[in-house]
Amino acid sequence: MAEKLLKKGNEAIALAAIRYGADGYFGYPITPQSEVMETLMEEMPWETTGMVVLQAESETSSINMLYGGACCGKKVMTSSSSPGISLMCEGISYMAGAELPCLLVNVIRGGPGLGTIQPAQGDYFQAVKGGGHGDYRIIVLAPASVQEMYDFVGLGFELAFKYRIPTMILSDGAIGQMMEKVELRDSVRRLTDQEIAEKYGHWATVGKPANRKGNIISSLSLAASEMEAINLRLQEKYRTIEKNEIRYEKTMCEDAEYLLVAFGSSSRICEGTVEIAREKGIRLGLLRPITLFPYPTPVIQEMLPQLKGIMSVELNSGQMVEDVRLAVNGAVPVEFYGRMGGSIFSPEEVLKAFAEKFNL
Amino acid sequence: MKEELIIAGFGGQGVLSMGKILAYSGIMQNKEVTWMPSYGPEMRGGTANVTVIISDKRISSPILQWCDTAIVLNQQSMDKFEPIIRKGGLLLYDPNGISRHPTRKDIKIYSIAATDLANRMEMSRTFNMMVLGAYLKLKPILDKENVLQGLKKSLPERHHHLIPLNEKAIEVGKEHVKEVV
Repeated sequence: MAEKLLKKGNEAIALAAIRYGADGYFGYPITPQSEVMETLMEEMPWETTGMVVLQAESETSSINMLYGGACCGKKVMTSSSSPGISLMCEGISYMAGAELPCLLVNVIRGGPGLGTIQPAQGDYFQAVKGGGHGDYRIIVLAPASVQEMYDFVGLGFELAFKYRIPTMILSDGAIGQMMEKVELRDSVRRLTDQEIAEKYGHWATVGKPANRKGNIISSLSLAASEMEAINLRLQEKYRTIEKNEIRYEKTMCEDAEYLLVAFGSSSRICEGTVEIAREKGIRLGLLRPITLFPYPTPVIQEMLPQLKGIMSVELNSGQMVEDVRLAVNGAVPVEFYGRMGGSIFSPEEVLKAFAEKFNL
Repeated sequence: MKEELIIAGFGGQGVLSMGKILAYSGIMQNKEVTWMPSYGPEMRGGTANVTVIISDKRISSPILQWCDTAIVLNQQSMDKFEPIIRKGGLLLYDPNGISRHPTRKDIKIYSIAATDLANRMEMSRTFNMMVLGAYLKLKPILDKENVLQGLKKSLPERHHHLIPLNEKAIEVGKEHVKEVV
């Protein structure tokens, strides 16, 4: 039987990185995610798997270390919290442009600016619509438990390499700091350059053999026609991801007349809301997008005929609700409830807001 | 079985570690557990508190409006958490430093003089284990062997020689818990 431990979400990320065969972690401390690097330093994976763990001098530096490692086809990752991710956005755009895989972890804190160390979900736009410049997307995974913090490290690396795209775990201070049972999966060993090439193609810059042209990794292409072709190829990749990689979870949706949509820590609270609503005889369900890009738009659309209304519940001023409204396109009323700046709602508070908005 | 519990007191009283031992003991008993430090609507600052949920089934919200049990170790926590205990729920407190005693009639109220006991027995560092013992006497939701396993898992190995002392403190707590009428 797999070992079951009581761990914080942040600690689970670190343990998973080692066990999923990461080659390198580069990061800079910031609350509420500092336990990621602390745990890695305690575990000393450089003595076991050979994984590199390095504290960079800033977030700008860590993202560029990721760029370098990813060019060599290595499984590289970083973690930070909101202001740190803002500093990384230039590098994330470059990696998206150069089609480089990497795993980013954002344990969101309340913002804007330095904000607060309490949990929030105010970085949805930044993660999903692109915090950096240019027409790019990254895959965004939203864990709602400590076990998912662990599991999504493996899933994140898999998707990042499958599509050669930066992939982000979008978490927050609540999931990062909370402790739950986590089941450690079997360890996967680090892949060799040869194995990476066989599995994902010969794109990495690991030395040019005589029988093929050298690989060039760059996000620069000055001719408009060439740059347009690159953009079209990227967009085609994003459409493929939208077709293949949507992940979500439904709770009590079969007979639901009303739907809550929430991700991450909010979705856990909304699960509680659904439980109370059902006790009162209200046919309320919950849709939890697990991938925020690609967004489960078709899943919402399929449910529309049975629904009288939808409420998006977020720890921000209303960001994901825009994607819900795009999916719904006016077919049913879409409301929003949220709190900001590190304050969290309780299940009862969400139910009260829901009842008020829909006059129930 | 689902137990939603809040433990609250001053920082340094071992509130968070008491919660951690309970949560680990829950895992040892094949339960689902969530341990959530002072985040959320209940947070006002000044005191340390932790929410622990132990359940047979998947746990939904880690943020609670109401709890089944509150373990209260200072006056601020009494003021904050006495009102949010569910009807018929449990309040366990250490009377040391409490000037305004609980007044609710619709909950069960017990006290454990853990601060006094721990000082008198020269076991002051196991104060929180006495409180834990009192709680487990009132809510025997976890088997003794699993609690000892949870204790072992929660403590770093260099502190494992203290386990017998902690075990003793749990027993002391069980013996001395009193109903408040």
